[in-house]
Amino acid sequence: MADEKTTQAKTTKETTDNTETTETTRRNFLKYAWVALGAVALGEGALVTYQFFAPKASEGEFGGVFNAGLVDDYPPGSVTPFNAGRFYLVRQEDGGFLALYRKCTHLGCAVPWDQAEGKFICPCHASAFEADGEVLNPPAPRPLDRFPITINENGEILVDTGSAIQRDHPHADDAIYA
Amino acid sequence: MTVQDPRPESLPNRVIDSIQRDDLPLQDDRSRMKFVMNNLVLHIHPAKVSKPALKFTYTWGLGGLAILLVMLLVMTGVMLMFAYTPTPASAYNDMLRLKTDVYFGSLIRNLHHWSGNLLVVVAFLHMLRVFYTGGFRPPREFNWVLGIVLLLLVVAANFTGYLLPWDQLAYWAVTVGTSLLDYIPVIGPAISRLILGGPEVSGATLTNFYGLHVAIIPLMLFFIISFHIWRVRKDTLSNPRNLDEEPASRIEKVTTIPHLVSIEFVFALVMLALIITWASWVNAPLEEAANPDHSPNPAKAAWYFMGLQELLLHFHPVFGAIILPSLALLSMSILPYLRFDTDSEGVWFRSHKGRRTALVGAITGIIGAPILVLMDEYVIDLPGLLPSLPTFISNGWIPLAILLLLIYLYYEVVRRMFKASACEMRQSIFTLLVVSFVMLTVIGVAFRGEGMALMWPWEVM
Repeated sequence: MADEKTTQAKTTKETTDNTETTETTRRNFLKYAWVALGAVALGEGALVTYQFFAPKASEGEFGGVFNAGLVDDYPPGSVTPFNAGRFYLVRQEDGGFLALYRKCTHLGCAVPWDQAEGKFICPCHASAFEADGEVLNPPAPRPLDRFPITINENGEILVDTGSAIQRDHPHADDAIYA
Repeated sequence: MTVQDPRPESLPNRVIDSIQRDDLPLQDDRSRMKFVMNNLVLHIHPAKVSKPALKFTYTWGLGGLAILLVMLLVMTGVMLMFAYTPTPASAYNDMLRLKTDVYFGSLIRNLHHWSGNLLVVVAFLHMLRVFYTGGFRPPREFNWVLGIVLLLLVVAANFTGYLLPWDQLAYWAVTVGTSLLDYIPVIGPAISRLILGGPEVSGATLTNFYGLHVAIIPLMLFFIISFHIWRVRKDTLSNPRNLDEEPASRIEKVTTIPHLVSIEFVFALVMLALIITWASWVNAPLEEAANPDHSPNPAKAAWYFMGLQELLLHFHPVFGAIILPSLALLSMSILPYLRFDTDSEGVWFRSHKGRRTALVGAITGIIGAPILVLMDEYVIDLPGLLPSLPTFISNGWIPLAILLLLIYLYYEVVRRMFKASACEMRQSIFTLLVVSFVMLTVIGVAFRGEGMALMWPWEVM
């Protein structure tokens, strides 16, 4: 029994020494198995760590769906801030609704609506945006992001702040009509 | 059978002897060297050091000062942890309480704040010192890279600490700072969301930054600083030389006690006195409580990011925040691995020619950077001139190409004018870029006011 093992070990060694191929010997197989197991363990560790630290969406706060009230509460050509929802509800002259994320697309400052000038002007780096979010003045690289709006059967405006939609340019389809 | 107990007669002396084995005061060099090797703290030093390397105007004690600041930061930081809760509801009140209720609360916060800011400066100067004396040459290449990692960790420690007071300054500086991450292609938004703990700076961000600031970054600093110091010892010290002086064939060595330890001790005491005096008189800034609905005008990042923020005003964010800084860090890390053609280890600014070309670089930076800023602000409007191109190209690739072309022109002109070697030219360009970055930082801090418009410093105030 003992002899058999020694012979076997010898032959294996000889084969590796002589040929130096990538042939799957028992030794190589075990080596790769260890490496693969190690990689899996690392991956698991990374996944656990990421999941532990990953942010969770909380309902009712920013990130959830906001009920902005009735369509008729907003006159055409108005811009109404919703601080808790971090958005402006814009009612365009033609009656369409837009929900614009107030976060400046340049470096994330809160952009206030300037009623006198009729545009959004960022206090941080002087980016300016039109009422539909289009860039009037860089350094902002793209228009203000928008949130999807739905108007339910009671005529209430629902703004989903869970996912901001990025745009290269405002589009006529962006606005929602009652 | 009786045995002779060699220990002292009295019980207290036996206890003292068991703690402190060496006979104090130390009588001869042999016992001084043994003391260094056997002492837990002192053994980070070799038992003997080269005498020329002790020259103060060679190192300016900057590495030691950085260690002193780290120790001061740990002590004051741990104290502050007992007076602070990292939640949006209480963080700002705890700052006010430090001012009004806690004995010496302001002093400890001031010490922590100013030491942290000073550490950024000192670590940066330490890096410049090592660069300009050729201290990164083999065998110390890797320690230079470790130093760059430490500099980044120090900035990260400062940045995470910046949020903790939860005032307007903290909230918006961190908002602006983390928004830079959004511009990293593909993975940027995910990283930013992970660090912020959500879509914007919030209580979750405060929790994350607190954990990073008091545990993860200090631990990383502890291990990498240890590694850094250990490598200083193993790689041996570089020795200062005068211009045109050949490297000494034999370096005189002196015992660490008292020659090195006494310098360190005196320098540490003097610096400690200066820092405590400063912190007693100058308060760390504190503005109104954070208000996520209202960005102040102007909203500036922390001062050490103002050079970056200035770049952002001139470049598309991908270039200003990602590509240019990455290029700079990469070139800096690769510096010691390039081939050297000048024997200049230990010589300030390499050589006669090195001094002149470095000066040319500094002057070009001092004049050139503000000129480029002014031109971009008032004269050139690339996106306006090329409206058909995306800003990614008109305000990114094109100005980057112009910048690289200018640097190449500078390189060719100075190299021909001075017939400078590769080492001297590298130093000249490094100087040009470092001075330009410092100029951008100065412009951002002192010359940018409301709406980030250019104005005089007295108008910014």
